Amino acid sequence: MSDERVFMKGNHAACEGAYRAGCKAYFGYPITPQNEVTEYMSAHIWEHGGTFIQSESEVAAINMIMGASATGARAMTSSSSPGISLKQEGLSYIAMMELPMVVMNVVRCGPGLGNIAPHQGDYFQTTKGGGHGDYRLITLAPNSVQEMAQFIYDAFILADKWRNPAMVLTDGTIGQMMEPVDYASMPWMDPPDKSEWQLDEFQEGRERHVLTSIWLDPVDMAVAHEKLIDKYERLKKEEVRYDEYLTEDAEVLVVAIGSPSRVTHSAIRILRQEGLKVGLFRPITVWPFPYDAIRKYADSKRVKAILVPEMNWGQMIEDVKLAVLDKKPVHFVAKHGGLTFTPEDLTEPIRAILKNPEEPNTLWHVS
Amino acid sequence: MDVITIEGTEYKVVAERPKSLTDTPFTYCPGCNHGTTHKIIAEVIDELGIQHRCIGIASVGCSVFSYEFFDFDFISVPHGRALAVATGAKRMRPDSVLMTYQGDGDLAAIGTAETIHACNRGERVTCIFVNNAIYGMTGGQMAPTTLLGMKTTTSPLGRDAKRIGWPMKMSEMLAPLQGAAYIARVSMHDAKHILKAKAAIKKAFRAQLEDKGFSMVEVLSNCNVNWHMTPQEGVKFIEEQMTKNFPLGVYKDVWQEEAAKQTAKEEG
Repeated sequence: MSDERVFMKGNHAACEGAYRAGCKAYFGYPITPQNEVTEYMSAHIWEHGGTFIQSESEVAAINMIMGASATGARAMTSSSSPGISLKQEGLSYIAMMELPMVVMNVVRCGPGLGNIAPHQGDYFQTTKGGGHGDYRLITLAPNSVQEMAQFIYDAFILADKWRNPAMVLTDGTIGQMMEPVDYASMPWMDPPDKSEWQLDEFQEGRERHVLTSIWLDPVDMAVAHEKLIDKYERLKKEEVRYDEYLTEDAEVLVVAIGSPSRVTHSAIRILRQEGLKVGLFRPITVWPFPYDAIRKYADSKRVKAILVPEMNWGQMIEDVKLAVLDKKPVHFVAKHGGLTFTPEDLTEPIRAILKNPEEPNTLWHVS
Repeated sequence: MDVITIEGTEYKVVAERPKSLTDTPFTYCPGCNHGTTHKIIAEVIDELGIQHRCIGIASVGCSVFSYEFFDFDFISVPHGRALAVATGAKRMRPDSVLMTYQGDGDLAAIGTAETIHACNRGERVTCIFVNNAIYGMTGGQMAPTTLLGMKTTTSPLGRDAKRIGWPMKMSEMLAPLQGAAYIARVSMHDAKHILKAKAAIKKAFRAQLEDKGFSMVEVLSNCNVNWHMTPQEGVKFIEEQMTKNFPLGVYKDVWQEEAAKQTAKEEG
């Protein structure tokens, strides 16, 4: 056991991951269920040479992060669903200016104010763009307190590597629960050198640096777009990450992220005791999405069907459908309103699907 | 004084473009005061010797391309958010000098919250607020600072206080906030006032350099094209109408307050 193993809350662990990545700026606005991030940052970022501002709004927070990131600092903000909606304007500019930064969404139930219970209704918003224009966020989806810290840490590395904003997409359950975290895999680090493009006070003897997202001439804008698209295509090839649990012999493959993937673990353990061959495929990057890896299961003769449990009306399942290409039946199990899955919510449909892979109660139709 | 040689003849340089301006020609309309405002800001930056540590924040409006004209690091940001971006940059780089350049729509409408809170936090940034009582870039719509009765494309019958309220007085609003170090309203309608404006802009940058707090100079500026006037009529409108609604003067001066406190201490 490492000396750096501690027992803590997911939202606090995310802050510790950020400090270890060299994050020097946190600007945010209180919203449940992620207040622990803002509070923990306000108390501890100073110990790491950083700065905290409780901003007047989510809109201001993301723009403060834009300013901090433009000067080369590692900077992050976090919020929960309604607050993330407000940050979308800033994220669009940040993406076009290719500013590396990290934002965490501890998703709660929507639309509107919804409630403060865990949910996954922001999958579309996160993985398909969110704000105006054609852009993508590198998005990591943790399912444990360990991963809350690790993925924030990794998000900073990826953001700088690709000069792209990165999102950690989690949910109220993962943010609020407590588990042991081992920081041995997160050595303290400084951000890479960004003196080629950052705004700073050392302009003597160099060309000035200009960051902008406006190209009035469509011909110039097309060039700027192509540069972004080229980056996104390379990201899709190089950064896809996922985790697998008992998938080698699985006849039903469950594809899940966040807290539903935890419940899937429990369901699989129950079903395996009954001799039923069920495995979990867990995307870690939900953008770029692991289409090819899932398609291999769709191509496998062994796999009878695929099941997607989501705490929403069906969002990630659209990506799973794109991966499966109608080669196998895809089933959907939903939880609404901020309710959370129980293992029984999954074991019963999986038993039915194993008996009849075209089981009509859960079969997902594109309509 | 510098001497330049052209075709073998030496000439004394009596006037030149400030170093803090690029050689890109201004794209502003004839009669517009943005160009002159840019020039006096650049002169102040040259005189203070801070060009190479200035970071400019370009806002949305006619000045969206101001980064083409100022010769130092710049970022172009979303509408109204300049002071939030400036906050983040300044907090990370306290030795840099932050300038936002914003119009009335940017600062007094969509960015009102960012403006008030940056001022209230006493952010060490300098805001140049160009108030021409209209939305120039989008083609002459009503601004929060449009005068009562003034006709614009979205107040075709003239601004009516009952329906849309009164012209926003930003300098008066911000001055009482304790984070404000220097707040002044100046005008660009004649040479005398332009010189006064330059002195105010210099003080505003000094407030930042001396770590006193937030500084803003509200610049009453001509938009003769969207006001449907000649440039001469425009500056006359500033002098006669704009200054009546937006009185010129210094609304907050931290040095004066400090001196007054010192005097009171010595006397009392």
